[in-house]
Amino acid sequence: MSVAPLSPAELHAEARAARAERRRLLLRSPGVLIGAAVLLFWIACALLGDRITPYDPIFDQSEDVFASPSAEHWLGTDRLGRDVFSRVLAGSRDILLVAPAATLLGTALGTALGLLTGYLRGIVDDVLSRLIDAVLSLPLIVIAVTAIAALGTRSATTVVIVIGAVFAPIIARTVRAAVLAERELEYVRAARLRGERAPYVMFVEILPNVMPVIIVEATVRLGYAVFAVASLTFIGFGIQLPSPDWAVQIADNYQFVDPAWWTVLFPAAAIASLVIAVNLVSEGLQQAYER
Amino acid sequence: MSGAPATGPALEVRDLDVAYRVRGRWRRVLRGVSFQIGRGESYGLVGESGCGKSTAALAIAQYLPRNGRVRGGDILVDGRSVVGLRGQELRRYRAQTVSMVYQNPGAALNPSLRVGDQVVEAFTASGVRADEASARARAALERVQIADAESVLRRYPHQLSGGMQQRVVIAMALAKDPSLLVLDEPTTGLDATVEAEVLDLVAQLQRELRTSVLFISHNLGVIAKMCSRVGVLYAGRLVEEGPVETVLRDPRHPYTVGLLRCIPRGGVRKDHGRLDTIPGFLPPLGAELRGCVFADRCPLADARCTAEEPPLVPLAEGHTSRCWYHERAAALPREEAPDLELPPIDREAPPLLRFRDLGKVFRERGHDVYALLGAEGAIWPGETLGLVGESGSGKTTLANALLGIVEPTEGTVELDGRPLAPRFQKRTPEQLRALQIVFQNPDSALNRRHSVRRILLRALRKLAGLAGGPAEGRLRELALRVRLPERALTQKPVQLSGGLKQRVAIARAFAGEPRLVVCDEPTSALDVSVQAAILNLLVELQAEKRVAYLFISHDLGVVRYISDRIAVLYLGRLQEVGPAEVVFEGPHHPYTEALLSAVPTVDGGGRERIKLEGEIPSAAAPPSGCVFHTRCPRKLGRVCELEEPPLREVEPGHLLRCHIPIEELRRLQAKPPAERVGA
Amino acid sequence: MLRYVLKRLALALVTLVLLSVVVFATAQLLPGDVGRKVLGPFATQEAVDALNREIGADRPVAVQYLDWVGGILHGDFGDSLALRVPAGPLLWDAFVNSVKLAALAFLIVVPLAILGGVVAGLFAGRLPDRAITLTGISLTVVPEFVTGIVLIIVVGLWLGWLPITAEAPEGAGVLVQLEHLVLPALVLALVLFGYIARITRAGVVEALEADYTRTAYLKGLGTWTVIRRHVLRNALLPTIAVVATQLGYLFGGLVVIETLFNYQGMGRLVFNAADQKDYPLLASGVLLIGAVYLAATLAADLLYAALNPRIRYRAGE
Repeated sequence: MSVAPLSPAELHAEARAARAERRRLLLRSPGVLIGAAVLLFWIACALLGDRITPYDPIFDQSEDVFASPSAEHWLGTDRLGRDVFSRVLAGSRDILLVAPAATLLGTALGTALGLLTGYLRGIVDDVLSRLIDAVLSLPLIVIAVTAIAALGTRSATTVVIVIGAVFAPIIARTVRAAVLAERELEYVRAARLRGERAPYVMFVEILPNVMPVIIVEATVRLGYAVFAVASLTFIGFGIQLPSPDWAVQIADNYQFVDPAWWTVLFPAAAIASLVIAVNLVSEGLQQAYER
Repeated sequence: MSGAPATGPALEVRDLDVAYRVRGRWRRVLRGVSFQIGRGESYGLVGESGCGKSTAALAIAQYLPRNGRVRGGDILVDGRSVVGLRGQELRRYRAQTVSMVYQNPGAALNPSLRVGDQVVEAFTASGVRADEASARARAALERVQIADAESVLRRYPHQLSGGMQQRVVIAMALAKDPSLLVLDEPTTGLDATVEAEVLDLVAQLQRELRTSVLFISHNLGVIAKMCSRVGVLYAGRLVEEGPVETVLRDPRHPYTVGLLRCIPRGGVRKDHGRLDTIPGFLPPLGAELRGCVFADRCPLADARCTAEEPPLVPLAEGHTSRCWYHERAAALPREEAPDLELPPIDREAPPLLRFRDLGKVFRERGHDVYALLGAEGAIWPGETLGLVGESGSGKTTLANALLGIVEPTEGTVELDGRPLAPRFQKRTPEQLRALQIVFQNPDSALNRRHSVRRILLRALRKLAGLAGGPAEGRLRELALRVRLPERALTQKPVQLSGGLKQRVAIARAFAGEPRLVVCDEPTSALDVSVQAAILNLLVELQAEKRVAYLFISHDLGVVRYISDRIAVLYLGRLQEVGPAEVVFEGPHHPYTEALLSAVPTVDGGGRERIKLEGEIPSAAAPPSGCVFHTRCPRKLGRVCELEEPPLREVEPGHLLRCHIPIEELRRLQAKPPAERVGA
Repeated sequence: MLRYVLKRLALALVTLVLLSVVVFATAQLLPGDVGRKVLGPFATQEAVDALNREIGADRPVAVQYLDWVGGILHGDFGDSLALRVPAGPLLWDAFVNSVKLAALAFLIVVPLAILGGVVAGLFAGRLPDRAITLTGISLTVVPEFVTGIVLIIVVGLWLGWLPITAEAPEGAGVLVQLEHLVLPALVLALVLFGYIARITRAGVVEALEADYTRTAYLKGLGTWTVIRRHVLRNALLPTIAVVATQLGYLFGGLVVIETLFNYQGMGRLVFNAADQKDYPLLASGVLLIGAVYLAATLAADLLYAALNPRIRYRAGE
């Protein structure tokens, strides 16, 4: 059925109703709510740090190594006798800095690249697109490991730069597709026919229209960033000791999993809860925007 | 086949109420609709978008979307209620009793199954034995006049043209020998000559098979051609019903009257007669109305109309109208509008724009595609040149070449006698301002993230060099000129109706006093009542500013109304150029003749249908000689296949590309070509 | 069709060449002074120069690149810097091991994920869909090592069903080898499940809403026939491309999984090479992974084209 022509008053009401519907979808969806709550919890932990942990996550090292969960140490202790519960609470800080920073960097670079290639097309687009294809034929972790090894430094900053640089072409590809669709629309042609220059058309005419795509893409990437940072950290290429980061803890205690499973299981559960939370929120955003 | 009783109506819709649940609220789309279709009868349901006509079709097929529900009334096919059928019964009903054909045949066929498998399946589903089905499938395709049935069966849908695809869909629909065939806008989107062929085919099959047909369309001309009875649907309510001829000749509901007056027809032209419009808007979806659904847009309405809904008043011989004042409907007051003084066109003076030998070759998959070849012409200040042709004829390419959007491979364009750069990027601001465009689809032509104000201010700045206070002044003036309400300025395009959006697009094009505006199908995305208002606006602007238009449209009635001269394109070649009346009245090019005869009009009759054979050839491999010879009903012989005729001035101001001398054409076209028609 | 195949082949070749440039630039140029990076800040300049001369890092960049690519074309993958042996045999052993693991993961995940996706699509918006989609998302987004650890603890340690290392003891039979591979393969499968299921579901939902599905229902066909002949036929087409693409990404997961389970495959090899700054081995290993991915996508494209009549028979041919 084609869309009925509506009166201005009704169109106005419809637009408002659509916004309300979007809010309602976001707020009523249990997935989004749970995701947001978990995310907020970890953000709060990161902000409050060792002020809320029962023991200092790094320096309180007791004689009691590999103690199993008890009233004193709810989640047991690790190989240096540190309280696992305190370390799990403190472990969100670094990844919550590194992953969003990498996403932000990648989104900024990717948006610029996508706008340029999508709008200008021609030889620049062809060369860049092929290059992007080439880079994307390597799994994220493999490129990241190679680049970090080549740079020779292992630190949180390196991870931000490398993941940001790898995200850029991925995001650029999405933005480019949206720009390509957008530039075929007549409003772009109308702008050019009245003599607008390329930067104006790109940033004032097209960019606002691809913004929803960029926002959704960025939230999806944030999920991947958490995934990638954790994975790189686990194999020793990411966040480094003495950070109480969850993946650092797992890498540090993994060889003692039998029998000290608590030293790895709880940090693992924490990582899972964080990535799932981020993705539940981003999933909800996507659904709300795609209506 | 279904062993149904052969008596009684094929379809009876009683008091049908259908609602959709949207954002947690049930909204009525059909309000107590009742009508009947007799055996072998062809019934038309007509209305503008949003009136509920497609919902009626889906309800009859019991294929409403998940949020749609029949909330009251009943639908009887072959005397049996079909509302609420489920499972095996529903399957049997669809397999044996009802068939449906809808718009966009390309999507209706499964892209990954061969045509043959799909047609065969239609037969086996209706109970034909598998070993018989393939023979029946071939026969079915032959019945819908597909010449090469055997090879078509082996192909995939994307390998067929649109017209061919629709024939296949029709063949499948007829496989079960249905008691009721529902056709929902079956030819919308097809080219005029192809549409005409599909309509002829449906009419012929209907006569032969005596199938009962429900024909749904927004096009009164198509309904007039195809149906014996018609129902007019407005806001989910049947407002008038009766024999097609009676309703069209003597409409008795103000909405029907208004609708008919919106359509440019009967030789009405812009210089003597303005189009009537229907003011106001459709009531909101699901609004609960106490009185007549049309009351707030009706010039006749009074207190009684808003308080109490009129019943269906029976008039003569099966003609009914839902109006308290049906006897005054024909005398519906016209919208007040002064007649316009159009400036005279001086063709002795130098033209505004001239193009010579304009051609464009695209490279497509290793082939050269001649989108446009040797186009010549001129446009004078204040005139409208109508551009007519079917898809692939090169209309848009020609317009884009003039604007500099497409760089022509050969030829030149001159403005005021001075050559224009082939690409618009190289043109001066002065030249850019002189040539502007209004696009077909205002949704994509306006930036949906910018407010109307912002859109127009930017255009004023770039095209008129205005900013600040003076720009504000001009903005208000411009809005007034295109009748854009003040309130609309602060809104975004999504918050405006289609007509208002198109007004914004027109205002934008006129921001810098353009000399020529290309109108690329500016009204074809709009309903007829809105179309009329937009056409009136364009004519007003022309009278006032002496602007010239290049007006592209597939709607010949619209082109005739607005154009001073008309150019006809076929496969990238201009076939005919001449004053509008001459092109319409003839003698015309054989292609123009066929095109004109293909278009169903409300007035009906008049022209003898001239059938064109085959499909429009591909521009990648155009026929030798005259490109029209493969389909030309008046082909002379070898000369047409070997030699392309030049575009010659056969009368003052009338150019033709045909080997047949004008006198011969005049003689031939005075009487119907007997050997072709009525076969 | 032939045109299409040739075009795709050419495109894949161009990408492969570009990939080799990118890999070379990252693994051999980005480090700058290779000798210094390998030997560390305290080595003497003479030792650094000697190493650079030995591995040829003192030659012009173009020569180094051409030498490397030319060698690979002749089957010479260079020498491992850390182990001082030819890289070729190392790569081959690792590759075979990884393929075993990946193949097992694929065997587990593809049927499961497609089934899950079809069920979710057919019940879109209802309980089975929600359950499958939510499970799928959760499994896909959680890093492999996290899923792996949970499985190791629960299935390996607590339940004791499966061995927790991937490497079978010396001289073990095929079945024992397989048993050792199940847990890591399962981890890979869980991560892939959500993605494949999601694409399948999207295809099914789109096909269910298509006009041709309405045509099929209105022909009076039974629900199952419509789904089998019309919905699935069109819905599963895009899934094929996705499945093959995943084969490439699977190798990314291997770096982590093989480290976790201590398995000598491509991932472990790349990890070790990176860890020990064994740049020549790293470059060849990474290039091999990229080449596998490109080959998989190419195969997927061609298969997709062969199954899709819109590409197989272009209009007008």
